[in-house]
Amino acid sequence: MFLILLILVQGISLDVYDTPNDDGSSITLSWSSDTLISSYQILRSIFPEHDFKEIARVESGKTTYVDTAVKAGTKYYYRIKGAGLDTVFFSNTAGPVRPIAQIFNLGRLNIAVCMIILFAVILFYISRARKGEKLYIRKIPALTAVEEAIGRATEMGKPVLFVPGIMDIDNPQTIAAMSILARVAEKTAEYGTPLYVPTSKAMAMSMAQQVVKESATKVGRPDWFNADNIRYLTDDQFGYVSAVDGMMVREKPATNLYLGCFYAESLILAETGHYTGAIQIAGTAMPDQLPFFVAACDYTLLGEELYAASAYLSQEPIQIGSLKGQDFGKLIFILVIVIGVITRLLGNQYFYNLFKTTR
Amino acid sequence: MEVLGVWIASLLTLAIYSFLYKDNPFYKVAEHIFVGISAGYWAVILWFDFAWPNLFEPLIVKGNMVYLIPIIIGLLMFAPFIPKLSWLVRIPLTFTMGISMALFITQIIQGDILPQLQATFLPLAGIHPFKVFSNLLIIAGVVFTLIYFYFSKEHKGTLGFAAKVGIWFMMVSFGASFGYTVMARISLLIGRVYFLLHNWLGII
Repeated sequence: MFLILLILVQGISLDVYDTPNDDGSSITLSWSSDTLISSYQILRSIFPEHDFKEIARVESGKTTYVDTAVKAGTKYYYRIKGAGLDTVFFSNTAGPVRPIAQIFNLGRLNIAVCMIILFAVILFYISRARKGEKLYIRKIPALTAVEEAIGRATEMGKPVLFVPGIMDIDNPQTIAAMSILARVAEKTAEYGTPLYVPTSKAMAMSMAQQVVKESATKVGRPDWFNADNIRYLTDDQFGYVSAVDGMMVREKPATNLYLGCFYAESLILAETGHYTGAIQIAGTAMPDQLPFFVAACDYTLLGEELYAASAYLSQEPIQIGSLKGQDFGKLIFILVIVIGVITRLLGNQYFYNLFKTTR
Repeated sequence: MEVLGVWIASLLTLAIYSFLYKDNPFYKVAEHIFVGISAGYWAVILWFDFAWPNLFEPLIVKGNMVYLIPIIIGLLMFAPFIPKLSWLVRIPLTFTMGISMALFITQIIQGDILPQLQATFLPLAGIHPFKVFSNLLIIAGVVFTLIYFYFSKEHKGTLGFAAKVGIWFMMVSFGASFGYTVMARISLLIGRVYFLLHNWLGII
């Protein structure tokens, strides 16, 4: 009996350590499991000899536990109480261990490397564009159609409707939409065509007003700008859609532009626009909504084309350089995929594991 | 009271559906009620769920003066009301955009780029032949779709062919997604019709 107990006690030797790569909010415990033990009680104290209190109960078979109820900088001691069929025994006392916040999360090193490479390439291309080098960007058919669509609205004497999605300005798609709005506003101001921009977020409205006002001033038509045409409707998704649908059938815009982040409202908007006979150009990076735009609109900017659009339209060195840098990034990704598949084929897991991400 | 609620909801549902015929006064009434009530509802939600617990409570109740900074930045949103100072609105706008984009870049690399790259390193040996074909299809789909989004060269010749294959892959996925979402929308319609026939009219 004594021998069995000795084996059991040796069988759950406890090891504790500060969880690496965290903000000092946890301690990790690990121990060796024993099949004769049915459950483990995790005990913790701030003293080495006494005051151990149960903090958790772990079932048999598990060999690790992460204690997240700790205070950074405080010393802790741990013990494990194992319960067998009719025997109770304790592990060694492990500690002291003090949870400390790490400045760098080394588990995210791959993210840092990826960012550095991408940033370096983008900055390189931006500097080339700034030096006046002509960087080629292929034609995007949906964008050449934007000017035609604005021209059509002007000829018909009808307004242009620009819907910048239903998300706020913290969404990159909304920001991309605002860049395109700037160009659309320049053209509509130049032609004197009314431009309606209904928004579902107050900040998006403020931003749209600033963008349109600046564009109007840029083309020498500050008088054309009408803040009332850029209005906030409601934050509610379907409330917003019902109001925009109402605008479409009452104001009868000849051109509808849906550019930004869309969800379930995409088809309702595009279908109503189709019903009113407007020429429709859409663009979003929401994969689930793209099929609806493809089906119901005349032209669609697919995914990243939305981001490329502002660079293409503005021809600004920074945006062009950034787009070229991203293109180079895509080539790197294709190369990485080929290497990843080959290394996996050769049975090597090292390259595969380089892309593991941790929180 | 519950009966009245069912009647209001049912009549508003019919008023919204009347738009399928054409724009009419019933739709206009329902639309304005919807927009007005939802805007008011969101104003209350934004105050009680965001502004008060995250900003005003720490400042007023707990006396944490650091929160004066976001309040000042937030107040600049009202700058357009004073034409001479309207340019100040750009401070909160660019502040929000800058922070969002910085966070977004890390999120995209951590949550999308690296996991998606890793998920494409698929095994091509030691598995069922159908699985090999399936994995090859995924790898080819990712590579060709990436080629479609390559903007630095005109899509001509081999590159043009690869980009076209990429578009085919996307269209097949759009078709599947379209069908799946339409199914979900029809189930929403069934739910609404059930509400009208069961809760309101009591026919079924």
